[in-house]
Amino acid sequence: MERLRIIGKKTVELLITLLAIATFNFVLFRVLPGNPLTLIARAGHLTEEMVHNIESIFGLDKSLWEQYFIYLKNIATGQFGISITYRRPVAEVIGERFGNTLILLAAATVIVIVVGIGLGIVAAKRRGTKADRSLVVASMIGWSLPTFWTGLMMIIVFSVSLHWLPVSGITTPGAFYANGWEHFADVARHLVLPTISLVIVDMAQFFLVTRTSLVEVMTEDYMLTAKGKGLSSNKALWRYALPNAMLPIITTLTLYVCLVIGGAIQVETVFSYPGMGMLMYDAVLKRDYPILEASFFILAGVTILSNFISDIIYMYIDPRVKSL
Amino acid sequence: MKNKNSVLSQLWKDHMGKAGLILLAIVFVMAILGPMVFPFDSSQTAQSSSEILNAPSVEHWLGTDDMGRDVFRSLLFGARISLFVGLMATLISIIVGTIVGLVSGYYRSIISVILMRITDVFLAIPVLPLIIVLAAVFGQSIFITIMVIGLTSWPSTARIVRSQVLSIRERMYIERIKNLGASDFRLMFRHVFPNVLPLIYANTVLVIAGSILSEATLAFLGLGDPVNVSWGTMLHYAFVSGAMGRGAWWYIIPPGVGILVIVLGFTLAGHCLDEITNPKLRRV
Repeated sequence: MERLRIIGKKTVELLITLLAIATFNFVLFRVLPGNPLTLIARAGHLTEEMVHNIESIFGLDKSLWEQYFIYLKNIATGQFGISITYRRPVAEVIGERFGNTLILLAAATVIVIVVGIGLGIVAAKRRGTKADRSLVVASMIGWSLPTFWTGLMMIIVFSVSLHWLPVSGITTPGAFYANGWEHFADVARHLVLPTISLVIVDMAQFFLVTRTSLVEVMTEDYMLTAKGKGLSSNKALWRYALPNAMLPIITTLTLYVCLVIGGAIQVETVFSYPGMGMLMYDAVLKRDYPILEASFFILAGVTILSNFISDIIYMYIDPRVKSL
Repeated sequence: MKNKNSVLSQLWKDHMGKAGLILLAIVFVMAILGPMVFPFDSSQTAQSSSEILNAPSVEHWLGTDDMGRDVFRSLLFGARISLFVGLMATLISIIVGTIVGLVSGYYRSIISVILMRITDVFLAIPVLPLIIVLAAVFGQSIFITIMVIGLTSWPSTARIVRSQVLSIRERMYIERIKNLGASDFRLMFRHVFPNVLPLIYANTVLVIAGSILSEATLAFLGLGDPVNVSWGTMLHYAFVSGAMGRGAWWYIIPPGVGILVIVLGFTLAGHCLDEITNPKLRRV
């Protein structure tokens, strides 16, 4: 029951946060820049009658409150308006890109978690040694790298100089695939450099948290007892240290998701990878506000949702939160 | 202030802290003295296409950019912009974060609940998309960049300050001062704040690193100030002018290394400070 109550509370918080972001969007994009008409009619001269027509089409003749509720209703039903550059519904344009970003994020996240935690274990076991110190310094260098520049360097080294991997896109233009496997291989080749760029920069957090929390756990009395009982240090690590170090690692997920989404925007821009990030970059250059607004809402939504999921996982792993 | 000196010397004793301080010294010298010795004028573009994207030479130590300007001079000037934006944004962020943290930790009322909710929302939103939409709507200038980064990076400070205030508030002497008739405002800023300050040193230094990275990224995505060319703006122009395809490494490597050096300097110093000021970490 206790767990259900917490899940209920978290769900309410999730909805309030989404409402806050939608409201922020409404204020930022509808109220602040003034009348959206000025955007639509940037080019020509409009007669009064035309202005009235457009106003009634877009519901601008209604009060701000009415507009706000219509706006919320539209978002709830997945209507984000029409893109200025693509002249198509925003939801449709984003729908085509969203999957690509998810693939990139998934590839990077799996590697970051496996390698980050793995290296964290290695460093914690050898703490104080040269290997440990080099790993810590390397992770801080990775952390300090601008993601977009890391991508640019990848292109200079592996694409322009060595010709090993493609420079941009998600598939080779004009390629013909005999079977699904070839298609998959082509996409995978295009994913290598963007993924590595993301991993290099965003792994540090996982590595450092794993290392620190493991080192902290290892100095606890019960670890000494485990060793005193004759447990091998490997067994003690996997059976006692890691499960206890897991909680701070899960908390890191929130921060990581915020970071990696920012990273994805950058590598997608650099590698012209057709995902949400490149969509946002193009929208910035063309000031396509409907696209920007919806992209922000969806990326924030994804982050908040993953936050919510990690909270739930945390609750099930943390022995202190027991059902009553 | 005596305390500060000892912090610096403690930083210097640590390998990582020393490396951080040296990197920072290099960048500060570049930013302060560089443009005095090698002035840079962003409007001084090339007269003919033969001066565009030239490789490094005796005349142009780091070659020329896509508009024929000297990359070395641009790099020195960019250090100033990146550092200035990073420091100013951090100042705003620390002021807002400290006030939010103090108020929400000190008062047990609906205000503090609302403030903490806002902090949580900010912490849960990915920062880059947020600053992109803000900069896109409000326009491109160094002032907007500073405001946008400063007003979105305060939640971590607010959290730290608040948790400290919560523990300090319960202490005996605060209760006594209150009984002596001190106002809430005086109590917060004269008695609670000084006790919180040492704990936000490390966070402040790390916020500077984050702000500089944010500025570089924003500028790279084309949302920088076109007049005050920062390292991110340089990389933006390099990227859109196709410097990579033309093999103009001298236009791409130096600004990136600059960002790396300055951010790494603050990051190393920040982590080291954290270990010095946070005793719990010391044995690790």
